Amino acid sequence: MNKWYIEKGDQGDIVLSTRIRLARNLNDYPFPARLDAKGRQTVNELVRDVLLKGDTGTFGYIQMSALSRAQAVSLAERHLISPEFASHAEGRALLLTEDEAVSIMLCEEDHIRLQVMKAGLALHEAYDMADKIDSFLDSKLHYAFDERIGYLTQCPTNLGTAMRASVMLHLPALTRLGQISRLAATVSKLGLTIRGAYGEGSGPKGCLYQLSNQITLGITERAALDNLQAITLQMINQEREAQKAMLKAPEEEDKIWRALGILRSARLLSGDEFMELASTVRLGSAAGILDIKLETINELIVNMQPATINAREGRNLGANERDAVRAAGVREVLKEAAV
Amino acid sequence: MVCQNCGLNEATTHIKRVINGEMAESHLCPGCAANLGYGDIFSGFGLNLGEIFSGLIGNSNPPLRGEAPVKRCRRCGCSFEDIAREGKVGCADCYRTFYDTLLPSLQRIHGRIHHNGKIAAEQGEDNTKPRQLEKLKEELREAVNEQNFELAATLRDQIKELEKED
Repeated sequence: MNKWYIEKGDQGDIVLSTRIRLARNLNDYPFPARLDAKGRQTVNELVRDVLLKGDTGTFGYIQMSALSRAQAVSLAERHLISPEFASHAEGRALLLTEDEAVSIMLCEEDHIRLQVMKAGLALHEAYDMADKIDSFLDSKLHYAFDERIGYLTQCPTNLGTAMRASVMLHLPALTRLGQISRLAATVSKLGLTIRGAYGEGSGPKGCLYQLSNQITLGITERAALDNLQAITLQMINQEREAQKAMLKAPEEEDKIWRALGILRSARLLSGDEFMELASTVRLGSAAGILDIKLETINELIVNMQPATINAREGRNLGANERDAVRAAGVREVLKEAAV
Repeated sequence: MVCQNCGLNEATTHIKRVINGEMAESHLCPGCAANLGYGDIFSGFGLNLGEIFSGLIGNSNPPLRGEAPVKRCRRCGCSFEDIAREGKVGCADCYRTFYDTLLPSLQRIHGRIHHNGKIAAEQGEDNTKPRQLEKLKEELREAVNEQNFELAATLRDQIKELEKED
């Protein structure tokens, strides 16, 4: 079965993916931070048994403690779980569909963190799917809920709808033009936040960003989604305009071809260099300069993350060895792509 | 700039968080950034909102000492001070037990204190129906204001239908 991220979705030149995350807790158990390993396991198995009896999809049940570190971090690199979830395995479990579109973290910060991913811009479709699974769980479990402040969560910042919706955007031209911090200031006034989707501290990698809603209390799910959708569409327009303007310069087109040249010939590719070049090639593909499918590059970006490489190789490679494996993998994939 | 955590080294990691429109900034040296989990790929995700929240509560509600015995949540045993210190609420009942004490902090985080989204099934029809009615009536007022009488008529019928069920 194809993974969800292999597909190309609506507005796929700029939007890689859409994610909806709902936080839910059971009324009759203390929140995860106040549960011991045994208590967490009870909660995990309770939710598992309910879900596996339903008809909301076929889920695999993974005890996080059964995974190697590389396998766990690889799940985080694919944005299926939070990095925090990957780093502390005890008493935690994951329910995951085969196409990896639906993942449910059990006993992360909350008892249930239900997540739905879709390719491209598909906020309402992703929400509808999350809502369906949520309503099913709700019909069988006693959720922690209060009429005044909504779904009760361990951290009070998530009260209300307890929904985080986000879109992953590729914004190479706006990044080049130094527009991201201006955009970040603007969207924060509109109740949204934008941050790097990969890496932090050293700056976002590969010009990939997550734009997400911040407001959860006093707003309906639909209104929050509409708001995020409207602002995403504006950003898409701005990025497309910026790309057009930027690519008029011959040296920018030259950069794209050079980036492809390096990816096709390099024998060693570090994670950072790969992300930068892949971003440039993706821009060339989105702007119609290169005849390489966006899906091909999206898949490369997912598959060439460090822990994902280690997990695939089944052992922890040294940095140099990993860079060689990455370069070979990238060459292999791009060899096929016609230009 | 000096690291806000240790106050010794040069801050090289700058973290900005916006929570419901409120900006919080921290500046950390590489050592402290790594210790606090901002060092690697895990950084941006494991954001510790709890600490920020505990700062908010701590400031707004200075603990009272040497007075009445400490009030505790009956389900999980949390006191309000535990919640304020950890920035984490113990269980669903904590919200009910400490609702009034928590309210000012919740207001500061969220601005509005009135849930308007999906309603859990356990709360039953009683709560769902008044909310539905309220929403329909608001839509009706808007429709009338916009002189969209066709929509207004449909909405009026829906309201009648709902009220009849009682």
